[in-house]
This record gives sequence, structure tokens and C-alpha cells, in this order.
Amino acid sequence: MEPYYYVIESIIKIIVVVSVLMGFVAYLTLIERKFLGYLQVRVGPNRVGWWGLLQPIADGIKSFVKEDIIPDNADKPVYVLAPMITFTAALSMFAVIPFGDSFTLFGREIKLVLADVDIGLLYIFAMGTLGEYGIVLGGWSANNKYGLLGSLRAAAQMISYEVALGLILIGTIIIAGSLRLTEIVEAQRGMWFVVYQPFAFLLYFVAALAEINRIPFDMPESESELACGFNIEYSSMKFALFMIAEYLHLVTVAALITTLFLGGWLGPVLPGWIWFSLKTSVIIFIFIWIRGTYPRMRYDHIMKLGWKFLFPAALANVVVTAFIVALR
Amino acid sequence: MGAIGFKFVVFFISAVVVIVSSVLMITRKNPIHSALWMILAFFFMAVIYLLLNAQFIAVAQVMVYAGAIMMLILFVIMMVSLDKGHQEEQREQKPSVAKKVAGALVIVILAVELLFASILYQATARPGVYPADAVFSVGNTKTVGSLLYGQYLFPFEIASILLLVGIVGAVVLSKKHK
Repeated sequence: MEPYYYVIESIIKIIVVVSVLMGFVAYLTLIERKFLGYLQVRVGPNRVGWWGLLQPIADGIKSFVKEDIIPDNADKPVYVLAPMITFTAALSMFAVIPFGDSFTLFGREIKLVLADVDIGLLYIFAMGTLGEYGIVLGGWSANNKYGLLGSLRAAAQMISYEVALGLILIGTIIIAGSLRLTEIVEAQRGMWFVVYQPFAFLLYFVAALAEINRIPFDMPESESELACGFNIEYSSMKFALFMIAEYLHLVTVAALITTLFLGGWLGPVLPGWIWFSLKTSVIIFIFIWIRGTYPRMRYDHIMKLGWKFLFPAALANVVVTAFIVALR
Repeated sequence: MGAIGFKFVVFFISAVVVIVSSVLMITRKNPIHSALWMILAFFFMAVIYLLLNAQFIAVAQVMVYAGAIMMLILFVIMMVSLDKGHQEEQREQKPSVAKKVAGALVIVILAVELLFASILYQATARPGVYPADAVFSVGNTKTVGSLLYGQYLFPFEIASILLLVGIVGAVVLSKKHK
């Protein structure tokens, strides 16, 4: 019977996690617009429901009923496939992130993580790179100049920042001694890694912003010069899938920063999942704050920052961390 | 259906997908489509690695090959194939007899190799030092790490020097034009 219980437990966890994530993502769009509104001294959406609370639902209905346009010269299969790739990759990234302590229910120990795999951190990198394909292919397949420019930028940016992103986290891996995310959280029981690795934390924050294509690094989209870039021809639910994937990615990256540097679900008094959600929300708020504060960087500046600052700085961080750990 | 049956089904599906997408990869006219089929082939090869309990290699396969390298290839194809008309022209040329003979020869040699390998495997196969169960008990990443930085440290360092030479070579080549 044991395998059946395992399957049932996994299915329940998946349903809960996916529905909570999707609900959160839907309201994240409202939260972001509201925060941005207040940051820019305006009210933000306030027409649909009290405080605009029904806005995400209205947006959802709107994207369902809008006409779905596929351009004549588009590469049809790729054009349809691209949003799906991005969405699937963004959704499956969350599978390895532990969002709470394990507890016992009906004599079974239940871990609050979907897949506690040995190579969790690498899995996240792998899914992140796959998700970028959707953006690159979406821009290319629409057969639009702006779309192509957007996808070329996305590809170049991904290649440049993925290197730094991986190197930055090596310091964390050296201290934790594992790629398994639950073990990385357990290793922070004494002290959060942000204290041991403050430099890596800041670097990761910057590189993560580039990874999820947000201001000041939202080159593939940059509406003021590329007219929305890679998703220029997309409409209706396909466009919505790109949007949802973007916010999912944002939530996942914030959860990852929480897990790697801020002690994950560890915290006194309150249950683990509340601490986890609190820390993740703070990181998300800072992301939105950054969006409201900084202008978009120029493209060549982004490349220079990636290769000439982040990359050497990450290498230096690895060397110093390894040296200190070896001496200890 | 037991555990072995399930594994066999997964292996069968992923093997078929790898073969079909490889064939599609070399027959597509559009280079981007070829690249996409190649990504799919890499992805399902990673599934086969997973079946062998080689999680680290599976994820490295997705991350490095299906992720980074194919992204570079896509990037280059997109940059180069902007001029689509020129490409169609090239495709129109019929392959010469020499090309056909060479292609047939390569296929025959590969088929013979495959045949011999499968026969010899049946005759001489023996389990390695690190079978799937042993790796599972130690932990995948630890096994790969201790082997790479222990027993195979020298070849590993040589390989990294080779890569460094490659990088320096690329820099030298690109500097020449200026």
C-alpha cells in the first residue's frame, strides 16, 4: 500500500501548491500595480471591486474572451508552443523548493516540499534555462522585427547572466555542503547564509533581476524601444500565459533567495510556512520597489555589468569562500 | 505492473522520442526547427540518464546541452539566417554522387558498429565499480564530485586547460579582424 499513499500524498501536495501559487500570482499582479501606483503618487486600479480586489478576475476573463490572433507569416507550431514552454518551466521550478517543516499526519511524515531531490539547485537552473526558450522562440516565431530583437536580447542576456548566477551560488553550496535545498535550509539553523555570504546575496539579487527580465534589466520586453519585444504579436490567453509565467518566475526566484540566504522556513514561534511566505513576500516587495525606482539600463551596459563586474566578483567570492572554509 | 515494467515503459517512450526527434532534426529544412528537435532529443536523453539513477548527469545534460549550448546555437542561427531567401537557394542544389556515397558509407559503418556493440555487450558486459544502487546510497553529486576531484583529477585538469586554450584561441581569432 505504501506506494499508493505516496502517490496520493504527492497529488494532494501538487494540487495545493499549484492552486496557492496561481492564486498568489493572480493577486500579485494587483499588488504590483497598487504598489507601483502608490510609489508614483496615484491610486492604481480601483474600479473593479473594493480596492480593485476583483481586478485579477476581470483580467482573467478578459484574456479568455479576447480574440486569439496568429500572424499570417508566423511559424505556427513554434508560435503556439512558446508560451507553453515558458509557463511549464516556470511552474515546475517551484517543485524543489521546501516551503515548510515536515509534520506527522496519520502516522506518516509529510515533508512540505514536492520533490526533495539530491540535485535540487541544479534542477532550478535547468528549468530556468528551459523557460528562456519560450521567450526566445516566441519573439522569433512571430516574424516581427521587434520580436526578433527582443528574443536575440533575451538569448544574449541569458547566456551572460546564467554563468554569473551559477558561480554566485557556489559559495552557498560550499558552506552548506549539499545541492539539496532542504539540507541547505537545515544548514542555516545556526545563522542565515546572508550573514556568511552578504556579497553573494547582493550579487544574486542583481543577477536574479536579470534572470527574470525585470526592470532595470527587462531588455527582451523594454516597451519604450521595442514596443513590448518578444511578446509583441501575442494576444489573448497566449499573452496571459507569458504574463503568468513572468510572475511565477518572480515568486520562484524570491522563494529561492529566501531558501538560499534567508533561512527558508526557519524561524521562531510561528509555523514554518508562515515564515517562508513572509520572507518571500518581503523579497517580492523589494523587487516591485526596485521596479518603481530604477530606470531601464542600456543594453551594452547590461552586458558589461554581467561580464565585467558580476562574473569576476562571483569568481572572487568563490575563491574567498573556499579559502575560508578550507582554513576552518 | 511492477517497478521494472514501469521503468521499461519510460525507457521505451524516451528512446523512441530520442530516435524520432534525431531523425526529424536532420531532415528539417528550417535550421531553427532542427535546433528545436535537437533540444527535445537532449531532453529525453536526460530522462534515460534519470532511469539509470544518474540524476546529476541528467540535470547537467539539460542545463549544459539543452540549455546553454543550444541557446547559443539558436542565437547564432537567428543572427545568421535573417536573410532567408539566400538559404532557400542553397538548399536547391542536388547533392553530388560523392556526397551520396560518403553518406551511405557512414550509415553502413554506424549500423555495423551498433550491431557489434550490442553483440559484444551481451558477451562481455560486466557491472562497473559504481552501479546505480551504490551511487544512490552515497548520493549522486558526492559520487561524481569525489570521482572527478579524486581518481580522475588529472584528466579533469587537462580538459579544463584544453577549454582555456579554446577560449584564448577564440579571443585571438576575433582580435585579428580589428
